[in-house]
Amino acid sequence: MSVLTDTPIDLTPDLPNDRSEGQLLEVSMGPQHPSTHGVFRMDVTLDGEKVVKLKPVFGYLHRNHEKIAENESYLGCMPYTDRLDYICSITNNWAYALAVETLAGIQVPERAEYLRVITGELTRLQNHAGLVGFLMQDMGASGTPLMYAFREREKVLDLFEALTGARMMCNYMRFGGCRVDVPSGWLQAAQKVIDGFPKFLDEFESLLMSNEILMARTQGVGVVTREQAINAGISGPMARASGVNYDLRKVDKYGIYDRFSFRVPLGEHGDVYDRYMLRVLEMRESIEILKQAMRDLPAGPIMDPNTKIRGFRPKAGEAYGRIEGPKGELGFYLISDGSPNPYRFRVRPPSLINLTLLEDMCLGQNVADIVIILGSVDIVLGEVDR
Amino acid sequence: MDEQLKSELRRQGVVATSLQELYNWGRRSSLWPLNFGLACCAIEMIAATMARYDLARFGAEVFRPSPRQADLMIVAGTVTKKMAPQVVRLYNQMPEPKYVISMGACAISGGPFKQGYNVLKGIDRYIPVDVYIPGCPPRPEALIDAFLMLQKKIDEQYLTGPNRPRHLNADMPSEFVVPEFGTHDLVPTQNSEVWKAPLVNISIAGKNESGRD
Repeated sequence: MSVLTDTPIDLTPDLPNDRSEGQLLEVSMGPQHPSTHGVFRMDVTLDGEKVVKLKPVFGYLHRNHEKIAENESYLGCMPYTDRLDYICSITNNWAYALAVETLAGIQVPERAEYLRVITGELTRLQNHAGLVGFLMQDMGASGTPLMYAFREREKVLDLFEALTGARMMCNYMRFGGCRVDVPSGWLQAAQKVIDGFPKFLDEFESLLMSNEILMARTQGVGVVTREQAINAGISGPMARASGVNYDLRKVDKYGIYDRFSFRVPLGEHGDVYDRYMLRVLEMRESIEILKQAMRDLPAGPIMDPNTKIRGFRPKAGEAYGRIEGPKGELGFYLISDGSPNPYRFRVRPPSLINLTLLEDMCLGQNVADIVIILGSVDIVLGEVDR
Repeated sequence: MDEQLKSELRRQGVVATSLQELYNWGRRSSLWPLNFGLACCAIEMIAATMARYDLARFGAEVFRPSPRQADLMIVAGTVTKKMAPQVVRLYNQMPEPKYVISMGACAISGGPFKQGYNVLKGIDRYIPVDVYIPGCPPRPEALIDAFLMLQKKIDEQYLTGPNRPRHLNADMPSEFVVPEFGTHDLVPTQNSEVWKAPLVNISIAGKNESGRD
């Protein structure tokens, strides 16, 4: 299957099973498989070691997110967004808050915007650190890189816990600002984590970047061309690894991202190695943004005083709010009919849309490469199945 | 043998024990969990095995990907109706003795997603659960606490007699009914051998003579 074909796409072509040179083998990977990053299943057809067909099976974690949200108040939907992409809850909050703010025309105070950038970029750091660790685990580097990555992730989670009260399900944003201001000493602690992070990246790069096994396993594997990436609508680090210069922080300049100077790393080959390196480089840029935001953080209120959060009833209409999440373009599309709960609540999940190219990437590769290709896409099943 | 004599002997370098104690000690000190994550709680389960929380201190660091090699299932996350048959099948494939920790609000009761049409309202409807950990998600310390509780539970099991555990009783089942997809819901909707609907005593307001509900 190719996304570039004009003819109707046959998702599951029937392959002849009685060929003279040997039999095809059908393997079901998942839903209980240590490398599928959750409950994801792939029906893989193999010719020896080569993949000739791959059919993804979704829905093992379909938690009715969108339907539940239609019966919840606008504020009540906020904790559910935490559980969409459960590794980076704060950016989910942000995208939803942005959609509601667009719907109701709410202005966010300056300090709250800065706090959003700080927490959002910290989320990106811990997501990318975790992803790189998991990718190494999938590649067979059992334990050690993941331990290093989780060591750094725990430091960021400590900051989240001090700020919001929860390690993972932060529920931090509100439409019109943020829920709580930073406690005393938090900024100093955050500064310490940010200053120590490049050391971890140096360590990681010196251990892994030019590692021979890593290069042999990842270079030229799971290639996505620029055209394929654009046609399939994939976004985030995966599109940028294929050379598509598309970062919503630069394109939309939502919030206050036009005030920071940072670069957007781009890949050339679109293979697994590029996707891995792009995440490492993005972490360095996130640290630059964090340093600038911490330096410029103004004093002031953190909530828009005119916004009534309880009993919130926006006027009838529709709005789409999108941000550059750690995994790609995360969007929330809301339709309001004037009642206290959304009439329609639609999530544009980056994980699911980035996963549409999975079969294209895997065809012709070895069966062991499926695991690292899936790992490099960076999926979270809570978001894929919703 | 009384406890005082036992500790006196231990001080002299002589360990006196019973077969039951030795058997339970061996089983509780090397629990091998199944490498099986469902949703958000799985991330905290991984965090519990990592350097900071280090589950290996309690003899449970060997996460096995195959149910045939595992004796503890941590149901970490939301069990949907599509996933429930696989969870029960995995449990059936584990060899006896086997234990279940139900981690997080979703695995206990459906949690925040309870009103969803596709969410199972607690894994204990199909398989027997030994330890429940509330939380959304529970902290890694809570998972470690659950391990210690399970170890205590194993320590107190009898080898013989009417109170002996399931795996030592030939009459008790070690496999449970795997639900199938019906027209509206899973069939059966629960395993009545394992799960009984909780009895709720509702008094109707005004009928009570005392004037209180």
